[in-house]
Parts: sequence; C-alpha cells; structure tokens
Amino acid sequence: MPKTPFRPFTSRYVVLPGENIDTDQIIPARFLTTTESTGLGRHAFHDWRYLSDGAPDPSFPLNAPAAVGARILVTGRNFGCGSSREHAVWALLGAGFDVVVSSQFADIFRGNALGNGLLPIEVSERMLARLMDVATSTYLASLAVDLGSQTVQLPDGDLVTFPIAPFARHCLLEGIGEMDYLLGATGEISAFEDARG
Amino acid sequence: MTPTTPRRTLFDKLWDAHVVRAATPSAPAVLYVDLHLVHEVTSAQAFGELRARGLRVRRPDRTLATMDHSTPTTPREGRRASLATLPLIPDDARAQLAHLAHNCEEFGIPLYALGDDRQGIVHVIGPEQGLTQPGMTVVCGDSHTSTHGAFGALAFGIGTSQVAHVLATQCLLQTRPRTLEVRVDGRLAPGVGAKDLVLAIVAQLGVGGGTGHVIEYRGEAVSALTMDERMTLCNMSIEAGARAGMVAPDDMTFEYLAGRPQAPHGAAWDAALARWRAVRGDDDAVHDASMTIDASRVAPMITYGTNPSMGMAITGRVPDPAARVEGSDRNGLAAALRYMGLQPGQEMLGTPVDVVFLGSCTNSRISDLRSAAQLLRGRRIAPGVRMLVVPGSQQVKRQAEAEGLDRIFLQAGAEWREAGCSMCIAMNGDQLRPGQLAVSTSNRNFEGRQGAGGRTLLASPLTAAASAISGVVADPRALSSELVS
Repeated sequence: MPKTPFRPFTSRYVVLPGENIDTDQIIPARFLTTTESTGLGRHAFHDWRYLSDGAPDPSFPLNAPAAVGARILVTGRNFGCGSSREHAVWALLGAGFDVVVSSQFADIFRGNALGNGLLPIEVSERMLARLMDVATSTYLASLAVDLGSQTVQLPDGDLVTFPIAPFARHCLLEGIGEMDYLLGATGEISAFEDARG
Repeated sequence: MTPTTPRRTLFDKLWDAHVVRAATPSAPAVLYVDLHLVHEVTSAQAFGELRARGLRVRRPDRTLATMDHSTPTTPREGRRASLATLPLIPDDARAQLAHLAHNCEEFGIPLYALGDDRQGIVHVIGPEQGLTQPGMTVVCGDSHTSTHGAFGALAFGIGTSQVAHVLATQCLLQTRPRTLEVRVDGRLAPGVGAKDLVLAIVAQLGVGGGTGHVIEYRGEAVSALTMDERMTLCNMSIEAGARAGMVAPDDMTFEYLAGRPQAPHGAAWDAALARWRAVRGDDDAVHDASMTIDASRVAPMITYGTNPSMGMAITGRVPDPAARVEGSDRNGLAAALRYMGLQPGQEMLGTPVDVVFLGSCTNSRISDLRSAAQLLRGRRIAPGVRMLVVPGSQQVKRQAEAEGLDRIFLQAGAEWREAGCSMCIAMNGDQLRPGQLAVSTSNRNFEGRQGAGGRTLLASPLTAAASAISGVVADPRALSSELVS
C-alpha cells in the first residue's frame, strides 16, 4: 500500500449522525467482489447515499453542497462495527476522507484505518455532540487537524487533544507501514519458530 | 514471604505463548500466528502487496485457503463444480475466485476450491478438518474468526493489510486487549440453544460493549455445550464488538478433534493431548471485567432491529423508543424500527415471514441441520415462504445426505443448496428482495445485509424451522414439546 506522510490540514467536516454505523453501510457486501483497493469511493454509504433510481439522495449529508471537498467525517459512537472488510476504509478514502471523528471505533476498523492512513480521532461524547452542534449552526464549519501535536482546532479556536498509540502516530507521520517493522523482526521470528520446534 | 506468580487467564497464557517480540512503549507486541485461513474476498490485495514487494509466503504450511463468500450455492444436481462450469456467476465474482486460485498456486498455499470435497465456509472447515486446535492463534480476514475460540484458541478477524503481514511474516503487530469473563450459570431449557444464549449475551452487552476485550465464556451451561454449540457462541462474540471469544478446552474438545484429518495422530496425538490439557486459565485468575447470565432464564430469542444487540425473548414485545432515556439510543431504535417496518409494543410472534435462511458460519453445521430437521420432518413449510438450507461445508452436506436430512428439507418444500456463505452476506446471488422479511440463522441483521432493502430477524435453527412451517415468526416450543437444541 503506497503511503504518504500525514500532514496537518484544515478542512470542512461532514456530520453523519447515528451510532453503530456498521461496515455493511459503509460499503455493502455486493461491492466486495473487486480485487483492487481503488474505485470504491463512489460506493461509500451506497444504500444511504443514492435513491433507488441511482440518483444522489439530497437528504443524505454526504450529498449536501457543503460536503463537497470535505476531508473529515464526524459520526456517532462505535463507528465501523461489523465485518473486517478493509474495503470500508478504502471506500472512505476513495470518497475523499482522511479523518473520521467519533466517540468510539470498532477494533478492526480502527486497525484497518490506521494501516491505510485514515486517521481515526476519538473524542468524548460531549465533544462529539459539540462538533455536531457547531456544524448545524455554522455554515461550512471546519476543523484543523494536527497529528504531530495530536490536536484538533475547532472553529472557535478551542484546541482539543486526542489519543493515538505512539507507534501508529509514528507510522502515519513518517508515511511508513507495519510491514517494514514486521520484516525487521524476521530474525526473532525464526528464533521463535526454532525454539518451538 | 515469597513473591507469588501472577495468576493468568486463558487469554493471558495464549497471548504470552505467542509473543515473538514484547510490546515496548513505542511499539505493540509482535504476535505469532499458528493458523492463517484465507478466502477470496479479503486476500487479493494482500497477495498483490507481496508480489509488489517481491515477498514470499513465509509459512504456506500454516495457511489454508477456501472459496466461500462469493460462490453461488445453486444446487448442482450431482455435477462437480469448477470455476469453468459454475452457473449464474457474475464476471467479477468469477474473476475474484480465479484470482484466489492463481494466488494459491503461485505462493504454494493449499486451497479447498470449489469442487473439492473439503470446500466450505472458512470457519466450518477449519474445525471440521482438525486444523483448529487448543492453544493456537488463528486469524483470517473475516470478523467471524472468533468462531475458532471454541477450541481454546485465540482467534480473531483481521483486515487485508494484516493478511499481507501474516502471509509475509506469520506475525501481527497487536495491542494487548483486556479480558471479559462471561459466566453462564445453570442449564439451557429445552428448545433453547447456543444461538439464543449468544443473542441474549449480545443484547445484554450491547453492540459495542465488548470493544477492546477478549471474552472467555465459562460456567456450567458453557461446559454442557457441544463443540458445534460452542462455535455458535464464540462466533457471535464480534457482534458485541469483542476481538475474540473463547472456551477452555475439555474432554468434549479432545473427543471432537480425535481422528480428524489434520489433527495429530499416534504419538503426536498423545503429546498434543498433554499440551492441550494445560490450556486453561488459573483458577483464581482475575478478568478485567465480568458478567454473569442465568442460562435457565434464556428463552428462544429473536431480533427486532438493525444490529444484533437489538434482540429479545421471542414472546416479548418490540421496545418503545419513547421509553429510552438517552436521545441517541432513542433515535437509533426509532430508525431501526422504521427500517424493519415494526411498531413499538407489537408482538414479534405472528409477524409474516417471506424467507427463512438456515445456514452461515453461525449455524450451518450438522447439528444445526438436525435441529431444524426434527421440526420439519413430516411437515411442510407455509405457502409463499421460501426456505434456503445451506450446509456449511461439502462434508456437512454429505453427512446430512447420509442421514436423509436433505429429503426432509426437500419434502418440506425447502431448497437444499451447496455449501457457502450464501444469504448471510448476499454477494453470491442469494439475497432478499427489497422489503422482504427473513428469519435467519446468520449473525447480522444490519440494514441490507441480506440484500438491499431486505429485513432480517436473527434466530436459532429451531425458531427458523418453526417460522418456516408457520409462515410467521413462531416459537419452536409451541410446535413440539420434545425439542433437542
């Protein structure tokens, strides 16, 4: 997977309300017959995003004019629950997102996201509610994300810090993946195998 | 006073035994993988990465592939399936299956392809072949890998990037999860099975309640479960968000494994048995969290919403969003009921059913088919109901046919199909039409999971059979007083 270092950026954000949004909503299974990781963006949230005739549903947040170009998705607790499909992350990246903000991420989704340079930012329920409120009262609300300082800056200037594992942060900032680290452990892996016989 | 050794849980011991490089403040642990199961949907891009980097598969002997997710389960009437002869398969699915065959050949990985007597759902064939064994770490690019925890293995689903990591290094970078003990006291009542138990547990924990945890199931009711039932239980651990679920191995586990093709034989069996008997937590080991459930109070379960934690006793009434305290909870339930076409306060019993699906890695093993067959024997499914019976593997299919179960299903008016994931994932031609309501023995009732616009009620094989016969959601205990789950 080609990776690029994660740089600070400021972007508008889209609010997708609702908790427990599962990977079947992010990318329905019928789009998983691909053998590529590209081209999935147009299917992100397919069954919520398009009407039955294939036209975009104007009431779906991602279809709002203000959502054009947004790189940040703000959404409810336990985002990405369900299947292990990394296609969910590829679909979100393909749809233009680099950050998802929620109050809880499902374990496998979080790992998949970090492995592909999609930053999951976990905030408190209170902060999540505030972000959602700001978006309804502010035209083109935006956030400034800085992984280096682990901060998000709100439209009113408030800074919020977020947690991230040091290793994941390092990989994202340097644009490197876990594979290289694991390949670097080859000697120990061989020793482990030898010791077990 | 001499320092005491810290007491360790089953999970602690499995974790410790597989640490290749310990976690540091700056990096997670490197964890060794004993068994890597592969299927067509989540592996192509991983093989692509290996190819791009010029890497080989480190341990093809610890890797096994099969085809299950995108394969059609259309009855083949005795014809041997192959990629070339498959009926009604879209080009992209055919290409994906061909990709897997090519990748396995290039990288030297054993493949139970379509047409192989051992083909089937990845979580059915691992145990059935004796590959899944106590004390192992097992991974697969599939969240229901938790199934294998039934054998006292640490088994969890991974993404495609991690599939590449395991292919190349046989290892994963892992942050140590916390442990959650789920103790199930008492005994399940007649007509109540492992599926009902796990739906009750998920309802209690909530769909995200197990996040960050590995569950260890313990207690009298768990010990009494057969291996098939323990697999059903562990299978749905992920539906509470847990990384894995596990049951400490016992004589039931060892008896199941004895004589299986890939289990140890002869002197190796004796050595393995001695090793496996030590795969258990210390008696006084403390879990990070704990919950208890009384098995005797579990009733046949049914879901009413759009995640697996939205379940209740089949005799219950659909909850009212207005009664929920938290606004987000209220909105979520209201949206779920809107999607499902259900009203607050209504009974689920008597709700008309369009489709009944018996299958999936949760409930497609021989005991599940027997369980449903005991109700369907000599009965007909209701007019207008479509029932699909999809065995979990070719071996389950042959066994069922040897026992005459296929005749029971066919005479009842159900479809007897080929092994695969089928309508659990609806990416293989088996799917609901928009608006259809299904009683399904699978594991997820997410919106559109069984086909865009389709609506799913999760239930046990017995409840599925009872509902097929009745044409409406039905309590299996009302159809027979002598039920074996």
